[in-house]
Amino acid sequence: MDDLLSEFLTETNESIGIVDASLVVLEQDPSDESHIDGIFRLVHTIKGTCGFLALPRLEAVAHAGENVLGKIRDKEITVTSDVVTLILEAIDAIKGILAAIEETEKEPAGDDADLIARLNDLAFGETAFEAALATQTGKEPSLGIVSEEDLEAAFRAAEGPNAGSADKKIRPGEVSLEELEAAFQAAEGPDDTPEPTAEKKPVAEKVTKESSIANQSIRVNVQMLENLMTMVSELVLTRNQLLQMVRGMGDSEFTVPLQRLSHVTTELQEGLMKARMQPIGNAWSKLPRIVRDLSHDLGKKIELVMHGSETELDRQVLELIKDPLTHMVRNSADHGLETPEDRVAAGKPETGKIILEAFHEGGHIIIKITDDGRGLNGAKIKKKVIENGLASEAELEDMGKQQIHNFIMRAGFSTAEKVTNVSGRGVGMDVVRSNIEKIGGTIALTSEEGEGSTFTIKIPLTLAIVSALIVECGGERFAIPQTSVLELVRTSAEGNCNHFIEMINEAAVLRLRDQLLPLVHLNEILRLETAADEIADQSNVKGAEEFIIVIQVASFVFGIVVDRVFDTEEIVVKPIAPILKNLALFSGNTILGDGSVIMILDPNGIAAMSGDAVVGSGSSIKEETTQAEVKEEKVALLLFRAGGKNPKAVPLSLVARLEEIDVDTIEVANGRKVVQYRGKLMPLMTIDEDTKINEQGRQAVLVFSDQDHTMGLVVDEIIDIVEDYLDIEIISEGDGYVGSAIIRDKTTDIIDVGYCLQKCFGNSFSGSDVRPFDPVSEKQKVLLVDDSPFFRNMLVPLLKSAGYDVSTAENGLDALKKRDIGEHFDIIISDIEMPEMDGFKFAEEIRGDDRWHETPIVALSSHTTQGDFDRGRAVGFSDYVAKFDRDSLISTLSQTLKECGSAK
Amino acid sequence: MTVSNMQDYVTIIVADQLFGIPVLEVHDVLRGLKLTKVPLAPVEVAGVLNLRGRIVTAIDLRKRLRLPQLENYENGLSIVVEHNGEPYSLMIDDVGEVLSLDKNELQPTPVTLNACWKDISGGIYRLENELLVILQIERLLDITANSTIAA
Repeated sequence: MDDLLSEFLTETNESIGIVDASLVVLEQDPSDESHIDGIFRLVHTIKGTCGFLALPRLEAVAHAGENVLGKIRDKEITVTSDVVTLILEAIDAIKGILAAIEETEKEPAGDDADLIARLNDLAFGETAFEAALATQTGKEPSLGIVSEEDLEAAFRAAEGPNAGSADKKIRPGEVSLEELEAAFQAAEGPDDTPEPTAEKKPVAEKVTKESSIANQSIRVNVQMLENLMTMVSELVLTRNQLLQMVRGMGDSEFTVPLQRLSHVTTELQEGLMKARMQPIGNAWSKLPRIVRDLSHDLGKKIELVMHGSETELDRQVLELIKDPLTHMVRNSADHGLETPEDRVAAGKPETGKIILEAFHEGGHIIIKITDDGRGLNGAKIKKKVIENGLASEAELEDMGKQQIHNFIMRAGFSTAEKVTNVSGRGVGMDVVRSNIEKIGGTIALTSEEGEGSTFTIKIPLTLAIVSALIVECGGERFAIPQTSVLELVRTSAEGNCNHFIEMINEAAVLRLRDQLLPLVHLNEILRLETAADEIADQSNVKGAEEFIIVIQVASFVFGIVVDRVFDTEEIVVKPIAPILKNLALFSGNTILGDGSVIMILDPNGIAAMSGDAVVGSGSSIKEETTQAEVKEEKVALLLFRAGGKNPKAVPLSLVARLEEIDVDTIEVANGRKVVQYRGKLMPLMTIDEDTKINEQGRQAVLVFSDQDHTMGLVVDEIIDIVEDYLDIEIISEGDGYVGSAIIRDKTTDIIDVGYCLQKCFGNSFSGSDVRPFDPVSEKQKVLLVDDSPFFRNMLVPLLKSAGYDVSTAENGLDALKKRDIGEHFDIIISDIEMPEMDGFKFAEEIRGDDRWHETPIVALSSHTTQGDFDRGRAVGFSDYVAKFDRDSLISTLSQTLKECGSAK
Repeated sequence: MTVSNMQDYVTIIVADQLFGIPVLEVHDVLRGLKLTKVPLAPVEVAGVLNLRGRIVTAIDLRKRLRLPQLENYENGLSIVVEHNGEPYSLMIDDVGEVLSLDKNELQPTPVTLNACWKDISGGIYRLENELLVILQIERLLDITANSTIAA
């Protein structure tokens, strides 16, 4: 392509971008004269250059646009949104022609007569139109050179806009460019007067000034930068080698110059990185225009606020997030913001706001898109999720607001009820999310119904250099991108660390907190050893220390077993040779600081490759180990101090809220201390006599709650939240405690929340002194079936403290699943009112099947009527206990078990 | 006879067999660079190495030509060629002199040659003492098409 032409294209494209943005600003604030001057000048320059490069079609459109802009500048036309729309249309036409020129190096054939006519009509109004006609008819004979066809074209062009829409339709291609030109010139004729030539001079001067500023920066080919970058990486490597050599030599005359070299190299590297950076504003420049058009189309009033557009990031990344960003802004405008009427009705300002923010945060760029619209509608999402079969109603019940909101980023989801041309085409946030994840970024979402939503995107600064974890396996080193690494776990079979690899059939798994991770041996999937070696090594390897890298790919978490883990290193990713392209396990290769080449593992590839093994055995793993997990489960505990030196703890899941109440608000009712809490009276209690309620100021209170009852436990101080195993070592002698356990190396008393609730609402608290704990040599297994997590959490520690081995199930069906996989229990405690399958039904099921029919079942219920009792007996419950009555529960359990034992 | 008929070849030796590569295709001769193995790669790919900041794929010519492996490959000699803008290093036993040969004397590949050799051979020169097989780099590097998984 002609140098001049390509230069023109780049420059014009840039100018057009600025014009686009300025026009939108102008529309919002027509009084701002600085913008119209700028716009006019740019369009004028475009027109001028077109003439110079012989691009008549472009020139014609630019000229017509310039006329209108000139009028606006001279205040002969007021800026209205119609005017701006028309100018934008002209700008779009210019863009279209430019794109075509870029492809073909020629102006495309086409017809802008209609647009030009409308522009001229706007610029010169009725009079201009008539004048144009007059000029044509009047001047024609004298000019002589205008042919009949030309004239006809001129007529059509000039006539168009006035004659109404039907006449506007000139068939494309019917008018040649020359004709158009002629028509245009003919129509333009009489307008010389309103645009005094004197005006043009300062404009020309300004243009020269502008270009002198522009001369301070030059355009560099991107490939050039890439090459420079490669060379600088090479320089860094050589420098590193030199440094290593000099270090070995001790004090050397090279030390000082080498240090200088080192500094310069680092600066060079940083400088070059910067040169590749571009402000994010470049990706945003189109947004004001888009939002403006949207607000027109949707009939909404939208204000777009942009902060931090100067934030820089790698141009490659910039290219990749452009489209997702645009899509998200469209979404905010279309789905997020309400119509002005709705907004006013909701008590919000008529104009909706979309705020775009960008800033740096620790090697990442954070981009936030906030709108003050209606927010996400949880119910609507739920409905859609169920409709689209993404999750079942029961699954949704258990999910938090956040989890439900996240569904909008799943494939096959769109909340817009009808498909508008703006968004809601079924491909939406899921595509955005996958695009962002592709470049190692993450996207998060928070939304408050009625108040708006915020999307937070976190992306790495650059893709060229990534942070990677260097690992060794089978004597080879590999790099794993840090972005997908969740954590590292050290394992050993010698029992000196908490984790060890377990085998289920031939699949290796790892218990990690509340998860069971499928494991992949890197040496196996890479086939680093031959089959024979493997068997021989298996036994050796098992005893040795191994490292597990926990990787997350999308929602799939798994572990990769490697021999050693080195440091993390910033690596320059290089593409893999074409001959090795079909190896899905590698995403590239790189040269390390020591000059050796290493392969970069692709976690996606590994997940896909091991998918068969991992997913196939996944379900069976889960089932077989459910029981084992219960024992080992770590529990989140809230540590606090309340009287005495030792910390006390309570399972966090039992705590509804942590509150600080003003002691002045504490009142006394019926001899007990209470506070007004959320419109209700909440009794306060202390765990023992030692705890004092503060005289003044504020008092920390743990709030426990189940559906009907809320109570506050007064504590001195909240210490921390920890995750630990809840192993009750000593069974409590005093009321109010389950027992004592070692938590964080300290003896900690575990509070019995059940006792506290009983004390406050104690309908059936008997206060009996029966010590339910009966030391049994072999722990007896209890299955606790209750739909309320509150009761499950409350009863598990209680039962554990009584020496039972406890498993839980959420409802009857869940419990029957345990039966189907062959688990066995000594006794079952079951709630009566449960979703899916209630207690009666559950008992019938059990009695009707010979696997568990001998297992005694104790019913647990909050209301005990004689009718319930009888019905319970009838379906096969062994006994009936009230929910809060923990003592009778324990004694019933041991009683029932004893009876069963003797019966056998 | 014109000069244009003359072609310079770098000669290399693999398992006592002389091969020729057009001199302009040869970028470098390397010795003893550290190789990084690539698991799961085709057997002919010996690994990758760092040549002045470029990552070069190393091809084991012996494997490619179905020749027995050397007991100890200590020499570590290889010759770097470029194909489609990608550098490859061919592991060889030894490198010989550069010969200037007349294209007219190039003989067609004997049909009796093993299929693999026939594929990569671009013809034979009858030198005084031995025969020189001209390597077609393009065919040589076309490993995917000529899958050798069975090996």
